[in-house]
Amino acid sequence: MSLRSPLGKVLGAGSAKEGTGHWWSQRMTALALLPLTTWFVVALLGLDSLDYEIVRAFIGAPLNTVLIILLLISLLYHSSLGLQVVVEDYVHAHGLKVAALILINFVHIALAVGAICSVVIIAVGMQS
Amino acid sequence: MAETNRPLSPHLDIYRWQISNTLSILHRMTGVFMSIGGAFLVGWLVAAASGPEAYAAVLGFMCSPIGLLLLAGWSFCFFYHFCNGIRHLAWDAGYGFDRDLARRTGWIVVIATSALTLVFWMMAWASFGGGA
Repeated sequence: MSLRSPLGKVLGAGSAKEGTGHWWSQRMTALALLPLTTWFVVALLGLDSLDYEIVRAFIGAPLNTVLIILLLISLLYHSSLGLQVVVEDYVHAHGLKVAALILINFVHIALAVGAICSVVIIAVGMQS
Repeated sequence: MAETNRPLSPHLDIYRWQISNTLSILHRMTGVFMSIGGAFLVGWLVAAASGPEAYAAVLGFMCSPIGLLLLAGWSFCFFYHFCNGIRHLAWDAGYGFDRDLARRTGWIVVIATSALTLVFWMMAWASFGGGA
């Protein structure tokens, strides 16, 4: 239910942008990150060592693979949203602001794809 | 909107640092610092997928003095952002706004962060301290 009056709509009054989706996604990823990061920290501490073979076995175990991917998506999206807000708060030069926001998005997408591909490659490798 | 050079009211130079504003900016700063850490986390995963030499290089760096310093920093940031994040989520749900309560939960966050960071490093030392 929109709180805008019909006249306001017609005049195009009010903000040109909207941030509620962003706000909600930030809270949702935060909620998801609570159990996911807890699991990750506890699981890592439970490893015998951080050697190559042990870490790969950890990442490649099916349940771990799924949880790590969920963690990566939540974490990188949460990070991207957070950094966007920082840029919006402190960068006022319009061109620089837009460039920074694009860069933040691109870098996070690249990191997410790179990380998820790596995890899948390890997991598939473990099956052979 | 065009850039202007109008004078601003004083802010950082006149307002006293209190638990409220200090924890607020610390939440932002720890978040930003961990965003950088996120890139290193991804680098560690990519190295694990790339082979033993790549992985050894990354692990070697993370176990070096500067690597350990970064990890110590990120662990503090993580526990702080986690605990204060819960405080934020409580506010989003409508709880905890009373001024004295907010100050008290703020101090609880500071104490919990310190305790968790300490316990984490004690456990990490116990698990991996012999020599990663």
